[in-house]
Amino acid sequence: MISLTVNGKLHQVDVPPEMPLLWAIRETLGLTGTKYGCGMALCGACTVHLNGDPVRACVTPMSAVAGKSVTTIEGLSDKGDHPVQRAWTEVDVPQCGYCQPGQIMSAAALLAAKPSPTDADIDDAMSGNICRCGTYQRIRAAIHRAAALKKGGA
Amino acid sequence: MNALITRRALLRGGLAVGAGLTVGFPVARGARGAALAQTAGVFAPNQWLRIDRDGVVTIVNSVPEMGQGSLTTTSMIIADELDAILDQVRVEQAPANPALYKNPVTGTQSYGGSRGVRDHLAMWRKAAAAAREMLAQAAADEWGVPVESVETEQGAVVHRPSGRRLLYGQLVDRAQQLPVPQNPALKSPDKFRYIGKPVKRRDTPEKITGRGIYGTDVQVPGMLVASIERCPVFGGKVKSFDATAATRVKGVKHVVQVSNGIAVVADGFWTALQGRRALRVTWDEGPMAQVSSTMITREYEAAAKQPGQVARNDGDAEKVLAAGGRVHEAVYQVPFLEHACMEPMNATAQVMPDACVVWAPTQNPGGTQATAARLTGLPPEKVTVHTTLLGGGFGRRGEQDFIVDAVETSKAVGAPVKVMWTREDDITHGFYRPATYNLFRATLDARGVPAAWFTRMVGPGILIQKGRAQAGTIDAAAVEAVRNMPYDVPNLRIEWTNKDLGIPLGFWRSVGPSQNGFIIESFIDELAHLAGKDPYEYRRALLGKSPRHKAVLELAATRANWGAPLPTGHTRGIAVAFSYGSYVAHVAEVSVARDGAVRTHRLVAAIDAGLAVNPENVKAQMEGGAVYALTAALYGRITIDRGRVQQSNFHDYPMLRINEMPVVEVHILDSGEAPGGLGEPGVPTVAPAVCNAIYAATGRRIRTLPINRDELKRA
Ligand code: FES
Ligand code: FES
Repeated sequence: MISLTVNGKLHQVDVPPEMPLLWAIRETLGLTGTKYGCGMALCGACTVHLNGDPVRACVTPMSAVAGKSVTTIEGLSDKGDHPVQRAWTEVDVPQCGYCQPGQIMSAAALLAAKPSPTDADIDDAMSGNICRCGTYQRIRAAIHRAAALKKGGA
Repeated sequence: MNALITRRALLRGGLAVGAGLTVGFPVARGARGAALAQTAGVFAPNQWLRIDRDGVVTIVNSVPEMGQGSLTTTSMIIADELDAILDQVRVEQAPANPALYKNPVTGTQSYGGSRGVRDHLAMWRKAAAAAREMLAQAAADEWGVPVESVETEQGAVVHRPSGRRLLYGQLVDRAQQLPVPQNPALKSPDKFRYIGKPVKRRDTPEKITGRGIYGTDVQVPGMLVASIERCPVFGGKVKSFDATAATRVKGVKHVVQVSNGIAVVADGFWTALQGRRALRVTWDEGPMAQVSSTMITREYEAAAKQPGQVARNDGDAEKVLAAGGRVHEAVYQVPFLEHACMEPMNATAQVMPDACVVWAPTQNPGGTQATAARLTGLPPEKVTVHTTLLGGGFGRRGEQDFIVDAVETSKAVGAPVKVMWTREDDITHGFYRPATYNLFRATLDARGVPAAWFTRMVGPGILIQKGRAQAGTIDAAAVEAVRNMPYDVPNLRIEWTNKDLGIPLGFWRSVGPSQNGFIIESFIDELAHLAGKDPYEYRRALLGKSPRHKAVLELAATRANWGAPLPTGHTRGIAVAFSYGSYVAHVAEVSVARDGAVRTHRLVAAIDAGLAVNPENVKAQMEGGAVYALTAALYGRITIDRGRVQQSNFHDYPMLRINEMPVVEVHILDSGEAPGGLGEPGVPTVAPAVCNAIYAATGRRIRTLPINRDELKRA
């Protein structure tokens, strides 16, 4: 049994310690918002927050998360109204949407660390997230927008 | 859950998937081909929409949502013509039922070729207009006034003279009794409320919260998860396998042989992967084990020395080229490419003795139903197909291999099974955009204008390989955008040679034009430079017979300030093409670093897609097409060694990332013509615009993709 907190709720999960967090989240806990894209930390589709830091769940073994707190896309906000999600809606970012939970989790972590990210900051924080539909231009615009929203800007 | 599952439980299982979503899975209604069953209190004049007594309008979307925005566009079109309030409309994904939901142009319930809007617009408008007329008639009858005196607006019928008003929901019972008009009057375009206006995507809420259900997210009670070990060599077969160690892995339930390999069926994906790792399989690799990329290139080169089939012959290009003038010759080559949908292939199936249910992220619900019927021996109407959201399609998800996986595995183990592919499975077992070899020869007249142009294309034909075109004919997909190239050349000869070494082929976003746009638009650029002319003006002068090409070319050039000074080291390149009903031009602004690294700073696009139903989505699709095309131009290459794909994941099959993203500007030219496609037309002109800019910067002509930065290195 491994215990961890996911989206504020304590869970005991009976999985092997070497199982990646991604599969415990998706299959054991049934939270399917976090996606699988590569399994090798190459695409960012599986990004979640571990004690607030963005990590790739596909290469994070369960042994490394015992006793820690995980936030997934489902736990980012109650009503889908985190500033990043609001900005994503305003800018009409998603296409197929498959990469977007990972993009949003990376963006939320960036804004938590840097409330006014520059384009270079965005490149640094977001270049681990692939979007095959090519929504990068809108992602960049939406991150700037989210920064403004977070500061209470209109 | 076992094979004795009841129909009730099955429906619960099916509905559980879509519960709580705007985009639900409908329960399949009616038998195949049968008329829609009428339900009391629900006005359903046709298969595309229904309205209940509460006034809730439900639209049935037959085009799978793969990122192209069909959930939004389909509902915009129907809501507009129906005079319903778009924000309040529910959308349901159509079940597989080709009799009701087939594309009226292709005749199949399969979607590709950027056909969502252009093939359905007229039919959907008519379906919605018929409903609107019936609602108007119902209100007129209720009030005892002539139907000409009533109007519809925003979910209601009004009678202005008396100020009376009835909501659509209040008219349901009366409207249901009326005959369905066969030729309803369509709205005049000036009355459009949504069509032609920028509308935000309606599926964003579920895509930013993780609530959207993709194929990979499907959960059915009692479901097992499988991973399939496939022969690394195309077409190879299982000789024998030893599942002893695999079955010992805790959580592995079954190991079964299926057409595509050995399925390890477990309680979860990760467990299935552990089982798969422990599996021992001996393969009969078959004849493809002899095939490699170098051999394919050699075969292409040899074939290019022989005459091909004549795809077009205007004047007498051979004679003019042989007349002794200066002949400019070039060879263009493009590699095999894989789609790399962000969501790896997967499907879920539940095969029961008398029914089968498939949940799949498919571009081809009709084909999915037919495949499952064939594999189970059930009649098609006993196969229910739920089309989930698609994590990208790009042509890959029209194929049936991942459906076969799920249906066969479920059938073998007697339980619902989700078969999931790894990224490695996805890249090594795709259906690849064909690699081709293209020989060009041209000669210019005294004014620098092409007097003769010859292209010999060598490569495999997708349509022929798939049995959709006859062997021995010219594959229309292979020669598209070459055979119909727009430039005015008096002596033009296009040949094509089918050289198919057996690599599985597929339709890759924009298919033939994805590569043919590159070769034609690069070669015309060569001729412009040879003639000492400006590449934009040179094209323009040759587009006299193609005004729509010319118009987008001019728009892109103007918006990109063609000819105006740029920062030091930056250069521009231009390209134009027609594909999938739309005309697109791109101007790329590029710089090349000393180490040969190519940076695209800006892409200015102009598109004439006829009527742009949702201009916001036109932009999004052009942005997406640019990224898809740039990825291919900079990185895309699948190589084959001994019948195996050598790439496997994003480290050796890289994708463009945000730090390499140019600014993409999209300008829409409203030509008032019939709507064209959007998903694909943004691809063909990007690589040539970039490569033409590279030429302008370095004097190096890129004739082989992907761009080799070593060739662009400066000392
Ligand atoms: S799935 Fe984890 S980074 Fe790709
Ligand atoms: S929106 Fe489709 S992969 Fe990003």
